[in-house]
Amino acid sequence: MTHSPSRPNGRTVQLMATCLCDAFFDDVAKATVEVLEHAGCEVEFPENQTCCGQPAFNCGDWPASREVMRHTTRVFEGDKPVIVPSGSCAAMLFHGAPLEFEKEKDLPTVQKLANRTWELADFLVNGLGIEKWPGRFPARIAFHRACHTRGTGSGEAALKLLQSIDGLEVIPFGEAEQCCGFGGTFSVSFPHVSSSMGCLKLEHMTASNPDFIVSGDMSCLMHLGGLADRGGQPVKTLHFVQILQSALHRHG
Amino acid sequence: MAEQKVELFARRLDRGVQQAVHSNSAAGTEKRYTVLGTDYSAPDDLRRLAGQIRQHAIEHLDTYLEQAEQSLKRQGAHVHYAVTAEDACRAVSDILQKAGAKKVVKSKSMISEEIHLNDHLGSVGIESVETDLGEYIIQIDGDHPSHIVKPIIHKNRRDIAKSFEREGLGDYNDDPETITRRARVFMRDKYLQADAGITGANFVSAETGRLVLVTNEGNSRFCLAAPKIHIALVGIEKVIPSDAELAVLLNLLGRSATGQQLTVYTEFINGPARTDRPSGPQEMHVIFVDNERSQILASDCREILRCIRCGACLNVCPVYRQASGHAYRSVYPGPVGAVLSPLLAGKNFKQLADLPKASSLCGACNEVCPVDIPIPDLLLKLRNRGHEEHAPSPGTPPMGAFAKLASSPMLWRFAMKSNKVMNLVPLEKLPLPYLQPWLKTRTLPEWRGGEFRSWMKDRRKK
Ligand code: SF4
Repeated sequence: MTHSPSRPNGRTVQLMATCLCDAFFDDVAKATVEVLEHAGCEVEFPENQTCCGQPAFNCGDWPASREVMRHTTRVFEGDKPVIVPSGSCAAMLFHGAPLEFEKEKDLPTVQKLANRTWELADFLVNGLGIEKWPGRFPARIAFHRACHTRGTGSGEAALKLLQSIDGLEVIPFGEAEQCCGFGGTFSVSFPHVSSSMGCLKLEHMTASNPDFIVSGDMSCLMHLGGLADRGGQPVKTLHFVQILQSALHRHG
Repeated sequence: MAEQKVELFARRLDRGVQQAVHSNSAAGTEKRYTVLGTDYSAPDDLRRLAGQIRQHAIEHLDTYLEQAEQSLKRQGAHVHYAVTAEDACRAVSDILQKAGAKKVVKSKSMISEEIHLNDHLGSVGIESVETDLGEYIIQIDGDHPSHIVKPIIHKNRRDIAKSFEREGLGDYNDDPETITRRARVFMRDKYLQADAGITGANFVSAETGRLVLVTNEGNSRFCLAAPKIHIALVGIEKVIPSDAELAVLLNLLGRSATGQQLTVYTEFINGPARTDRPSGPQEMHVIFVDNERSQILASDCREILRCIRCGACLNVCPVYRQASGHAYRSVYPGPVGAVLSPLLAGKNFKQLADLPKASSLCGACNEVCPVDIPIPDLLLKLRNRGHEEHAPSPGTPPMGAFAKLASSPMLWRFAMKSNKVMNLVPLEKLPLPYLQPWLKTRTLPEWRGGEFRSWMKDRRKK
């Protein structure tokens, strides 16, 4: 998976909050706005946004997914950077959508949106050139590099920012390249395999007792958090942007 | 609700087997990573280069295949083409019967598994012995390989010791060295008695007709030491333009497959014995097998033909680690199999159309693939094809209603807010068939639909 090297990096950005943040994780969406504003951006939120269409795409129902994507391209018109606080939804816009539109007439429209899309950490570091994040966050965290950021600069970017925060320690764990087992509808059509993958991931991530389990994708964290909760051994999860936000607050 | 077949298999899989597959695979992944990372500063660049080499080869297969045929003939080999698996089996037995051959020794070859060669040879009264230790154990157990490089990854040495005892290869002894020694003694006789040796090929160079075989046990050399006839079964996609590309491909193959810089044996075979080169079989036959490959080449999944069968994608795959190879009901398991097997099934595509679904699309397979095959993209394309052809897919929620909802902002916003009632009812009681499998092992967070939107609105007013 690769991404267009020359993407717009202006300071007025459009936020795609993602359906999960819309439904469950308003805190993460709010943190994203605050962090982007701190970085000097003006954040627009196109009201008519819904979902990136990934569930249908992954199920193989591409006509349904394209219907959603066509809506999304209309909502996010223009040429401002589109920022997504999720590796997998960002990848849907810049990689999945061009794939499902390969044989469609409106591929150029979809490609245009793809070329403007940034995953949040990637934008902060590689778009805006931020190298170091101010503030303090005294904690030990285990960071899961969400799978949909493979081959992109996102994982490294998030780590770079996190590691620059005063007091924060990122601790390594085993089989780090392994998936959390979520996989969207995979988690409901393969519940046993998916849960077993998740439990293994949790085992590795919690092995050295981190204070938080962190990722750039709420879907992974929802899965891991939900598993740990049901298993009677809850863990504390945080999106990396929530750490950036908290660090700012502790900065004063 | 009906269950996905891979899921069902994984759920019922013996825990011991699952753990063996997991630890063995994880060790393989680790070794590959260390060796590649130590030896090369930019292994990903090398993978991409290898991908381009293989992509170029398959896109010009018509030219290179013809060239390979000419070169092989120049070397003194006979060249045959087989369109189907049955054709390939028949080609082998025809050659053997014409020569009056009754006994053959085989080195490991996935394509011979693919065409079920041993069954066919058995049915025409020809004894065929697998000489790769793992494959031999599979053969005496009437089992199937569960990994393309480590066929008995699902077995432990106690199982093997029992099989050897049953076959009369000595009293029960599960010491690996003893097992290997006994196999070696048994094989020696087989090599000496065999009329023909059957191998696969890892690569065939179009330029020189050189056939390249890599093994770790050296068994393929023995297969070609005493017998008079050598038959090589080769998938048409194995052809590469010239010997030069081997520098890239062989360096990646060993490292990706077993974490070795090079396999213990790498053989370059330049045709049958000649007066100036008297050793080896006098007769050499190369059978190029299509078996649906030209259909795959014509499809939008042709990248899978780049595959050099290293097995790295199996090792790293979290689903393979949970389900093991037999869950895939086909010769090629894991990520490569989830793409290749339904395609090789040809008109029976639908019977294996569930395999591409057995993936969280995590992309680890693509990340380790030495020829950079975009496996997740191919899985997605095949899911789309399965959907178009109405292949059964238990547990996959229908997406029509979702698409309507997600393309009408008014409805969407309404749903976001109104779903808050979900916080008031015990979710386990809801008649939502696709929610229950989630809730069995996982909780859901509190529904907070619309919260962010109102926060954002207020913020803008300020
Ligand atoms: S698909 Fe790639 S990783 Fe998998 S077996 Fe083939 S070459 Fe190896």
